[in-house]
Amino acid sequence: MLTVEDLTMQFGGVKAVNKCSFTINEGTITGLIGPNGAGKTTTFNLIAGALKPTSGKIYFQGQDITGKATHQLFHQGLVRTFQIPHEFARMTVLENLMVVPPNQPGEAIWNNWLMPKKVFDREEEVKARAEDTLDFLQITHLRDEYAGNLSGGQKKLLELGRTMMTDAKLVLLDEPGAGVNPTLILKIRDMIARLRDERGYTFCLIEHDMDMISSLCDPVIVLAEGTVLMEGDIHDIRQNKAVIDAYLGGGAA
Amino acid sequence: MDLFYGYFLYAISLVTIGGIYAILTLGLNIQWGFAGLFNAGIAGFFAIGAYSAAILTTMPTDRHLGGYEMPYIVAALVAMVASGLIAWVIGKICLRLRSDYLAIATIGIAEIIRLVFKNEVWATNGHRGISEVPKPFEGLPQPWNDLAFLAIVGLIVLAVYLLSERAHKSPWGRVMTAIRENEPASHAAGKNIETFRMQGFVIGSMIMALAGAMMSHYLKFINPAVSEPIASTFLVWVMLIVGGSGNNKGAIIGAFLMWFIWSGTELVLSTIVQNIPPDLLSYLPADLSVRLAYVRIFMIGLLLQIFLQKYPSGIFPEKRPIAR
Repeated sequence: MLTVEDLTMQFGGVKAVNKCSFTINEGTITGLIGPNGAGKTTTFNLIAGALKPTSGKIYFQGQDITGKATHQLFHQGLVRTFQIPHEFARMTVLENLMVVPPNQPGEAIWNNWLMPKKVFDREEEVKARAEDTLDFLQITHLRDEYAGNLSGGQKKLLELGRTMMTDAKLVLLDEPGAGVNPTLILKIRDMIARLRDERGYTFCLIEHDMDMISSLCDPVIVLAEGTVLMEGDIHDIRQNKAVIDAYLGGGAA
Repeated sequence: MDLFYGYFLYAISLVTIGGIYAILTLGLNIQWGFAGLFNAGIAGFFAIGAYSAAILTTMPTDRHLGGYEMPYIVAALVAMVASGLIAWVIGKICLRLRSDYLAIATIGIAEIIRLVFKNEVWATNGHRGISEVPKPFEGLPQPWNDLAFLAIVGLIVLAVYLLSERAHKSPWGRVMTAIRENEPASHAAGKNIETFRMQGFVIGSMIMALAGAMMSHYLKFINPAVSEPIASTFLVWVMLIVGGSGNNKGAIIGAFLMWFIWSGTELVLSTIVQNIPPDLLSYLPADLSVRLAYVRIFMIGLLLQIFLQKYPSGIFPEKRPIAR
């Protein structure tokens, strides 16, 4: 579904991503792990179009998407979340979700006067979908709360919720479990699995919580120093000497 | 009786100019309140509107460009389109800048516009300005002419308010707010940030030009002083911040309130100075009446401080509509 070829990103003298190549297959939940500074988030930023790579190619569904803008990729079904929640603080939780869906004619200002009926009808659909999403996330009680007032965990849920407001094909999740309490991590994990099974989303997620990785992700890609160190089943990865040295540490084996 | 009539006429002019400021503040509210664009060059767009309307409606004269004698509505529309086009060009260059840099760029552009109007004497008659700008209903007897003009200003304020309110509540306004709140997340939600920002910037600038056109008809005279930043940029910002940025009602209330204070202090202070006993006056600085102008600016600054402390989000804070 997504192929990365020799991807390189240089910031000044630092090669944050260095000739990195991997593939994400349709229907998988691919884990992306590695030590801090391995280039995981930079890789996400490159795939999602937030950064333009120094060199290398990215193909999504057979199409070259290298250097395309984030909003264009969204319309092709490639959606992302952020490591630090990026909520719309002074908008309600419901509005945070309602702003996402495409094809709202009312986003062209004049259509609000030219075709109010179409705008209204689409608005009803969008609202129904947002309410379903709140229901799925189990945060319906926060519907009219300003998103800036939510707790860290609730913001993470909202972050996931925004990806559900469009017909996504590939969802990039940047540390969905970071700073979240253990019971909520389990809930988020189950939600991700359900979204894959029920809606057919493909996921790629960065995570440091090894329980979440091992119970959810197959395959797992290990990045170190900007390139792929190893790729495969989590059990093999846990046995691998190089991965233990670079990331997991002696105790994990 | 004459005194009361004088105060009555003063009150009409106070509300009329307050209304013109309300239009300006509504324009700024679209740029700053909705879209988060820091336009520090309001005076430039205001001047474009004022000069366009003046040049397009005046009788033929050899002092400046003009003699088109266009109807008011056509002139106002042309003024808005001209301002919108200039905003579009500026936006193409500056909207990608971070907000603080946009502020610096717009200050510079407003200065350029001011200097062009001041120095292109063939078109604008330089610092002597354009006089005999026609005014709607000026043939009517006093005070009906002023009241009729006030009615037009009132209708425009109402129309801009209603359109702006509808836009704020619409999906368009929602995207604008989202971009203001969080740019990367809006981008990740598939919104083309540059397009939306440009729309907010251009629409706001067109409304500012409309206010400029109204001002030039009202005063029947326009010179480069209209684009002095104190009265046309700084005061408008204070109006929006005091009223509540992001809230259209707040923009209007803030505009009237600050204009009443700004204009009222002039009347009150000059009345006080005129009534100081002569023997006391000899102890005071000789140029007191000149210095009073600066006291007003000081007072506006002080008032802004008080309002920012007491009402950090303005008298009417922004309220995002809650969907039923």
